[in-house]
Amino acid sequence: MLGLNAKDARLYIIVLVMLIFAPFFLNPFPETSGLAQFNAGYPDMMQRLVIFGLFAVGFNILFGLTGYLSFGHAAFLGVGSYAGVWMFKLLTMNVLPALIVSTIAAGLFSLLIGYISLRRSGIYFSILTLAFAQMCYSLAYSVLTPITGGETGLQLALDDPRIIGTQQTAEGNIPVPHLFGLPMNSNTTLDLGAWSFTFSVGYYFAAVIFALAFYFTIRLFRSPFGLMLRAVKSNQSRMSYTGLNARPYTLAAFVISGMFAGLAGGLMVSMDPLAGAERMLWTASGEVVLMTILGGVGTLIGPILGAGVITYLEAIVSTINSTILHEWFSGLPDGLENFMVNILYPFVGKGWHLTLGLVFMTVVIFLPGGIVEGGRRIYGLFSRKRRQSDATPPNAAAQPGPGE
Amino acid sequence: MSFSKVSRRGVMKTGAATGVALAAPTLFTGAVWADGHTGFTNAPGDSSVTLGFNVPQTGAYADEGADELRAYQLAVQHLNGEGDGGMLNTFSERNLDGTGILGRRVEFVTGDTQTNSDAARASARSMIERDGAIMITGGSSSGVAVAVQGLCQDAGVIFMAGLTHANDTTGKDRRANGFRHFFNTEMTGSALAPILEGLYGSDRRAYHLTADYNWGWSQERSIRTYTENLGWETVNSVLTPVGAGDFSSYLTPVANSGADVLILNHYGGDMVNSLTQAVQFGLRDMQANGKDFAVVVPLFSRLMAQGAGSAIANIHGSTNWHWSLPDEGSQAFTRSFGTAYGFPPSQAAHTCYVQTLLYADAVTRAGSFNPCAVVEALEGFEFDGLGNGPTLYRAEDHQCFKDVLVVRGKENPDNEYDLLEIVEVTARDQVTYAVDHPDFVEGQLGSCNPGA
Repeated sequence: MLGLNAKDARLYIIVLVMLIFAPFFLNPFPETSGLAQFNAGYPDMMQRLVIFGLFAVGFNILFGLTGYLSFGHAAFLGVGSYAGVWMFKLLTMNVLPALIVSTIAAGLFSLLIGYISLRRSGIYFSILTLAFAQMCYSLAYSVLTPITGGETGLQLALDDPRIIGTQQTAEGNIPVPHLFGLPMNSNTTLDLGAWSFTFSVGYYFAAVIFALAFYFTIRLFRSPFGLMLRAVKSNQSRMSYTGLNARPYTLAAFVISGMFAGLAGGLMVSMDPLAGAERMLWTASGEVVLMTILGGVGTLIGPILGAGVITYLEAIVSTINSTILHEWFSGLPDGLENFMVNILYPFVGKGWHLTLGLVFMTVVIFLPGGIVEGGRRIYGLFSRKRRQSDATPPNAAAQPGPGE
Repeated sequence: MSFSKVSRRGVMKTGAATGVALAAPTLFTGAVWADGHTGFTNAPGDSSVTLGFNVPQTGAYADEGADELRAYQLAVQHLNGEGDGGMLNTFSERNLDGTGILGRRVEFVTGDTQTNSDAARASARSMIERDGAIMITGGSSSGVAVAVQGLCQDAGVIFMAGLTHANDTTGKDRRANGFRHFFNTEMTGSALAPILEGLYGSDRRAYHLTADYNWGWSQERSIRTYTENLGWETVNSVLTPVGAGDFSSYLTPVANSGADVLILNHYGGDMVNSLTQAVQFGLRDMQANGKDFAVVVPLFSRLMAQGAGSAIANIHGSTNWHWSLPDEGSQAFTRSFGTAYGFPPSQAAHTCYVQTLLYADAVTRAGSFNPCAVVEALEGFEFDGLGNGPTLYRAEDHQCFKDVLVVRGKENPDNEYDLLEIVEVTARDQVTYAVDHPDFVEGQLGSCNPGA
């Protein structure tokens, strides 16, 4: 289907189904139960999952395929965000021009940084990208404040020109980002008994963009170009001995992954039209590295899973406070309740990084291939058992053929 | 199963999946599933109403955030009829009787702004979208206040600003759904200038260290305008990053700059660090241009005074409120806060507590949680008994006008909380500025947005 082999098509369909039914998957607990705290099916969260998924998938094109570890990818996300908000300010609140300009701006910017940084490889490349990203952050934070808004962030104002769109709504408010009149922040709620599911226009728009980008990524992974990138990762010297120049390939991968980041940045401001300098900080760059490693470097689905886990932990664990903990353990005797709350408290709320750190350490130590490797091991465990049990009865079901 | 060829079945499957994907956002727009919304975002049910308390729990303003959260919890208790009622008993409006808001029990959710516009907006969005908060309040930074105010305007909920002191919040970036009880840098300038003239004369050379975001810029601009009108000269002004920690590299050049006054446009942990370091550098014992070197902290607070210790002795600044005020409201609030937590509240705690009460009262008077009704109830609202004397919520810019306190750090404090003494209470008339003041004139409120 669509030029994909059976395995990839299956993966793509799974991802599509996940995207379409995310409002249901992410809201498994009834509104009234105490577990509703863990629901992630609200628009902001779903949009974040998809956008960071896109960011990580793009990062994986560079890191997963060529092995070049960029520590400055957040800079492209930031450039995309600023470009997007400027489009909203100057041109129109329609998200399409903003997304296109975000992607192009980040592409040009990554061409510049990639051209310089890719003269080195390994740790030197990482340090160069980190240095560039920190430079961009400082510029955005305190030097280029007329363009970036500095610490306050770049925001929309009522008197922005918006030359081909409406400058103000009839009520005298700033118009919201929209796709040909369909506002990004509108959503509909479906109540089914105790459950309530929210369908947000912004989320589905981001999901469509993500689905397109993910399709592009699969095709890229399976293309001769993708093979070249893998060759760079496995042995660059051997590649150059065969007469191939690796630089254009790595630069192309760098620019593509920078454009993915820019697109993610553009989507971020389409959902919430404010760009802050913090999203260019080195911690943001580090986060996308964590996402990719946590999910599984070089795999198609890994970065999506990693981005999901980290975004979820950040949003959900960081909002648990001591009152909620006390509610959970209110059934226990007082001393035990306080004991449990005191044990758990450092890991929730503002201490969510501690939880993230533990999860990350566990994954890296026990599953060096990330969540994807965990999935494979579990699958292997079950399929081996099935094969053993299949072996005993004489009329065992036929093994799946290679073409399947 | 082979996907290599386009089959009729495959096309139909793909078509169906795409159809569902495209239709999903519009499928449920019909009124069939309308869920009791009565024309505005997050209309509360019959039994409870959720407020969102978005405060800095990490970063340079974490102390203020912690105190704000205490005040909010106290306000919720008082609204729900628990505790001693605090300022409910001194408020000039007697609508709040401890039965929640419009008979609904008050519940709350909390979030961490991290003193970062992005994080604050994400946190506020999750409160509005996930927890169904009808009102967002809190924050200890003007950058965050402006960002969250814009978000609340778009989402159609009320924003009751916490501690935010920049002119922009009710100036350039004012929004119809946002309200500020706290004072601003323009008021600080007009209250502080006569005191500074009396203390240091009209021939001074000032050096500004300014926190590099909208509050710092606003503070510096106001103080510069007022001191230059006195005849002071501004030698230099240096922007410092928020949360810098170490200010020594910014303080070193001050001594030889020819300045004789250092103005620290810092707040929270930044001010604690910069003031302590300035004193350690011996700036206060220095003579410059034949005068004693002076340090001014335009926005002062008891929490910062506590952090800076003995460095605050005889340093002047302005503040929105202080727990030692003798009026009935302040005393009632200090008493119930002290009973609950064992120490007096800060100005951040006070403004947040008052904002919650003002919101609850406005909803009660309006008889509705609809943001537009609340906006109408608060605009031009005149009240008393909440610790600042007679106060007006001006309709044109949603800014409260009330007395401003000029305070001084005590030389020999009696205890660890009694650190500031009130030098002067600047009357409301003196700090009231025109709606078309040049620092504020750019802004437009727009109109109230009730959301979905």
